[in-house]
Amino acid sequence: MTHNTLKFIMLTMLVASGLISRAHGTELLPVVASFSILGDLVQVVGGARVKVTTLAGPNTDAHEFTPRPADAKAVLAARVFVVNGLNFEPWAQKLAQSAGYKGGTVVASKGIQPRTMAAESGHAHAEIDPHAWQNPLNVVQYVANIAAGLAKADPSGAPTYQANAAAYAKQLQDFDAQAKAQLDAIAPTQRKVITSHDAFGYLAARYGITMLAPEGVNTDSEPSAKHVAELIRQIKREKIKAVFVENMSNPRLIAQLSKDAGVRVGATLYSDALSGANGPASSYLKMMQHNLTQLAAGMRLNP
Amino acid sequence: MSDLYDLLVGPFAEFAFMRRALVATLALAMSAAPLGVFLTLRRMSLLGDALSHAVLPGVALAFMLFGLSLPAMALGGVAAGLVVAALAGVISRATALKEDASLAALYLVALALGVTLISRQGSQIDLLHILFGSALGVDEPGLLLVAGVASVSVVALAALYRGLVLETFDPLFLAAAHTGRASRPWVWQQSFLMLVVINLVAGFQTLGTLMAVGLMMIPAVSARLWHESLAAQLLNASAQAAAAGMSGLLLSYHLDTPSGPTIIGCAGALYALSLLLSPGGWLPRILKRPHRVA
Repeated sequence: MTHNTLKFIMLTMLVASGLISRAHGTELLPVVASFSILGDLVQVVGGARVKVTTLAGPNTDAHEFTPRPADAKAVLAARVFVVNGLNFEPWAQKLAQSAGYKGGTVVASKGIQPRTMAAESGHAHAEIDPHAWQNPLNVVQYVANIAAGLAKADPSGAPTYQANAAAYAKQLQDFDAQAKAQLDAIAPTQRKVITSHDAFGYLAARYGITMLAPEGVNTDSEPSAKHVAELIRQIKREKIKAVFVENMSNPRLIAQLSKDAGVRVGATLYSDALSGANGPASSYLKMMQHNLTQLAAGMRLNP
Repeated sequence: MSDLYDLLVGPFAEFAFMRRALVATLALAMSAAPLGVFLTLRRMSLLGDALSHAVLPGVALAFMLFGLSLPAMALGGVAAGLVVAALAGVISRATALKEDASLAALYLVALALGVTLISRQGSQIDLLHILFGSALGVDEPGLLLVAGVASVSVVALAALYRGLVLETFDPLFLAAAHTGRASRPWVWQQSFLMLVVINLVAGFQTLGTLMAVGLMMIPAVSARLWHESLAAQLLNASAQAAAAGMSGLLLSYHLDTPSGPTIIGCAGALYALSLLLSPGGWLPRILKRPHRVA
C-alpha cells in the first residue's frame, strides 16, 4: 500500500516536472559560457533555443579574469555552465561554488587527448596545454559535448542541438580540409613561425608548423637572455620572416626581438579570446580563418 | 683570453637587446639607487611596491580615453603616481600621520579606484601587464625614457642634496632656518617624492616592477651597512646596483635564467655578503665583541 502510494507520488512528480520543463521549453534556456570562444560555440549549437551569457568577453584574457557579482548572478540564473576545462579557467569552478550554482556543468574539452607543453626553461615540469580549440577537429568534440549538455537540461531540444552540432562539425571538417590543403602547398621547411605566447600548440601539431616563442605558456613567465639570444640567432640563421604577436600580450619583447633580427612583425593573431564584433575574429571560425591565412602568408615569406 | 671575452663582452657585442638592457639597468642604477638610500633613511623602503599599484587608476583612465596606447597609459601612470605621492606628502605635513602611513592608505584607495575603472570598462585586460616592461624587451623609446629620467634626476638630486639631507635628518632645524624666507621645507619633500615617482614609473615601463623596485631598494639597503657617511652610501648603492645589473644579465645569458629575477638575485647576493662582511654586518660585530670571562 505505502509502496504504491510512493510510486504514485513519484510518478506525479515526474509528470509534473516534465510538464514544467515543457512549459520552460517555450522560454530560452539560460546558458553561461566561461569565455568568448565557448560563447560562440554554445550559440551555434543552441541556436534560437538558448540565451548565452559569456563571462570573459572578447579581447579579455580568460587566464587573468576576475568575476564580478553580475557574473555570479548570471551563473546562478543559468541551467547549463560551459567551461573549457584542462585548467584553462581555474576561477570558473570557484565562481560556480561561491554562487551556489546547482545546474549542470559541461566541460567542453572532455574526451580530448590533451597535449603537454614540453618542460622547457622556466618551467619545472611539463604542463597540460589547455588551448585545445586551436585544432578545429577538437572542436568537433567540443560541440558534441555542448550538445549533450544542453540536451540534458532541455531534452525536448535534443534533436535541434544534435543537428546543429552535426552541421557545425561538417563546417569544421571542411575548414580543416581547406586549411590542410592551403598549408600543404607550403614546404615543410618554410613552416616556421615566431609568436609571443605559445598558445598555438594544437594548431601547430595539426598543420605541421614549428612555433618558436620567447615566453612560456603563461603570460606571466619571463624569458632568459640565453633563450632570446638563441631565438635571434635562429631567426637570422634560418631567415625566418613570419613573426606574429597575439591579441592580449605585451608586444614589446617580440617587436624588439624581430627588429634586432631584422624582420617585420606580421598581423595580430587571436588565441584565447575573440575580437569585438567588428574585428577580424568575431566568431570561432573567422578567428581560425584569420589566423591560418595570416600564418600562411607569413610562412610563404620564409626561404 | 678569448674565453674571457666570450664570457664577459661577447653577449653584449653580439646582441643589441643585451646592450639596451645593460644601458637601461646602468642608468637606473645611477639615479634610482641613491634615491633608495634616502627612502630607507626616511623609513619608506616599501614606497616602490605601493607605487606600482598606485599607478593603476591613471593607466585605466588613459585606457578608457585613448584605448590601448602605451604613451597615453604611461603618462596616465606618471600622473597617478605623482598625485598619490604628493597627497601623501601633504597629508604628512598637515596631520599627525607619517608619510608611510598616509601612503599606505592612499595607494590602496588608488588601486581600488583603478580596478573599479577597469571593471566598468567591461573588457578585462591586465593593463599593467601590457604596460610594464621586462629587462629584455627594452625598446628605443623606453631606453630614451630611462636615460632621460636618470639624467634629470641625477642633476636634480645634486641640486636638492643639501636641503634634502637637512629635511631628512633634522626637519625642525630646516623649518627654523627657513622661517620668513621664500623657500619652504615642503619643497624639498615634494621634489624628492616626484623624483622617486618618475624614476619608478620609468623603471616599471621599461624594465618591470621587480627590476625598478629591486634596483632602487636592495643596493640602498646593503650600502647603508658599509659606510657612516651619506655620500659614500649613495656611491656604494649605485655601484652595487650597477654590479648586480651587469652580472645578472651575464648570468641570465650563460645560465639560461629569466633576466629580471637574476639581476635582483645578484643584488640579493650582494646584500647577503654585506650582511656578513660589512662594518655594520654580522661578522665584524662578532669579532669586535669582547669575550666575557666568567
